[in-house]
Amino acid sequence: MHITSRAWKYGDNINTDVIFPGKYTYTVTERAEIARHALEDLDPTFAANAQPGDVIVGGRNFGCGSSREQAATCLVYNGVGAVVAASFSRIFYRNALNNGLLAIACPAAAEAIQPGEMVTVDTERHVIRCAGGEFVFPPLSASVMGIVQAGGLVAYVKRKLAAA
Amino acid sequence: MSGQTFAQKALARAAGLDAVEVGQVVDARPDIVLSHDNTAAIRRIWQEFGQERVLIPERIAITLDHAVPAPTTKHAQNHAEIRRFVQEQGIRHFFEVGRGICHQVLSEEALVLPGQLILGADSHTTHYGWLGAFGAGIGRSEVATLWATGELWLRVPESMKIVLEGDLPPGVTAKDFALRVIGDLGADGGLYMSVEFHGSGIEAMSLESRMVLPNMMAEFGAKNAWVAPDERTVAYLERGLRQRMEIGDWRLGEGTQSPISNLHSLLPDPDAQYAAVHHYRAADLEPYVACPHSVDNVVPLSAVAGTRVQQAFLGTCTNGRLEDLAAAAAIIRGKQVAPGVRFLVIPASSEVLKAALERGYIQEFVEAGAVIGVPGCGPCMGNHMGIPAPGEVTISSANRNFRGRMGTADSEIYLANPAVVAASAVAGSIADPQDVIA
Ligand code: SF4
Repeated sequence: MHITSRAWKYGDNINTDVIFPGKYTYTVTERAEIARHALEDLDPTFAANAQPGDVIVGGRNFGCGSSREQAATCLVYNGVGAVVAASFSRIFYRNALNNGLLAIACPAAAEAIQPGEMVTVDTERHVIRCAGGEFVFPPLSASVMGIVQAGGLVAYVKRKLAAA
Repeated sequence: MSGQTFAQKALARAAGLDAVEVGQVVDARPDIVLSHDNTAAIRRIWQEFGQERVLIPERIAITLDHAVPAPTTKHAQNHAEIRRFVQEQGIRHFFEVGRGICHQVLSEEALVLPGQLILGADSHTTHYGWLGAFGAGIGRSEVATLWATGELWLRVPESMKIVLEGDLPPGVTAKDFALRVIGDLGADGGLYMSVEFHGSGIEAMSLESRMVLPNMMAEFGAKNAWVAPDERTVAYLERGLRQRMEIGDWRLGEGTQSPISNLHSLLPDPDAQYAAVHHYRAADLEPYVACPHSVDNVVPLSAVAGTRVQQAFLGTCTNGRLEDLAAAAAIIRGKQVAPGVRFLVIPASSEVLKAALERGYIQEFVEAGAVIGVPGCGPCMGNHMGIPAPGEVTISSANRNFRGRMGTADSEIYLANPAVVAASAVAGSIADPQDVIA
């Protein structure tokens, strides 16, 4: 996978309540509506201006808080290509990969990337490029990359069940 | 081979392996899979698999607790869809509106036993560590996958050991200890870790206090957390098991495992490897408050005493149990909630409510001007029953104070122990219980 797009940069401990508020979790179910509420309490300009492929950049512990999967899917439904952070909260990390959204822990890149600049994520060479340089990240395990490439866990399991 | 941590032993057991290494990815088969009001959404994902029946209905537990009774038509439709699913699939571990918060209810029902693995579509599934089980939060697609296949990949985590020595001073609670740890080490201090609690301070704690610790570790980034089960834990679980035996529960038929039989095999080895060890002396702790908008923004109570509040909330899976209500009742007895303050008291379960009624706490709360809510999550995650107005300040016994958590972005949440919440309700501002009683 190869993504080149604009970076939206945020800070440390970006939590699931500001990514997708809890008050919507049982009542907002349509894709477009989920997309519209993305990052609502963090950056109200995001949902209206996000472009397909855009990269979200966060600091430490990105996605901490709730297990709500919409924190990942609301980004997917906005076309986000990847999330790059210094570190991830574990449930968000799983939710992202399980929905085919690349989540890359790379502290050096997360620090170097400037808000609004163009960023390239290359999963074949495991590098992130921005004006500040080129940064290598550790590859995902083959099985987890298989889930991402299948388009997410559901698609992956469907295939497995069909083959069984 | 070096000694094994609790996480290694529990995940080896769940994966049907003799031993596992840290970092190894295993296919684990949980004993219980938990979901709540999010079950309807999970069902829609599960339907994509084209299965007619879930694989093992006995392993599924579902509670209605997050927005109960339904605050809107949409919430009611969501609940109705869940009830249909439960009926269709013959799911017996289903707990209706008013029974209580998932983690409290599954504990009371003894649906999770020491050493077992529970995975739940709820971040505070770490809670079950209080009884020596491995509990971890997962996403909705993962629960759907477990319904369909019974197994899920998990990475065996590194472990962190937190040791508490000595008895907590009067007025200092397990909540304060948890806040202190998170304040010291940060909201990501335990990221990906299995956090084990050890030491005489933990052994001395009441069971209800122990429950607070693994629950709060979700705010520490932990994958799971663990407290050693002892005879008191077993007695608690046996009470729940007996009650279920009376209603003829499946688990007490063939293949039932006594909680005692699991107990000793899954204790961490003395020579297990830890990524970090932190020592605390109970005598050094004091009451703490987590300030807006992050749970690691922790200061001593004295630093924020006097901050005006419009709402005080006592409840949640963290601090909505009998001992929490008892501590609050002791403060509020014979006093009144301050003018301009709403004091919401929401017991964590119907059992807690019943016991609090028997002991007269509910009477005392009502006489003091408090509002009693239906057992459940209440306003913890901003669905209903106590959403603050913009600009308002809430002091809460919950575990999370993110911006917007209670439904209003432009409002502030302070987290504290139950006595401090009650004292603040009486004073109208964040208060030390000592000053309110005096
Ligand atoms: S009480 Fe709050 S933290 Fe606990 S399960 Fe309910 S919403 Fe989650």
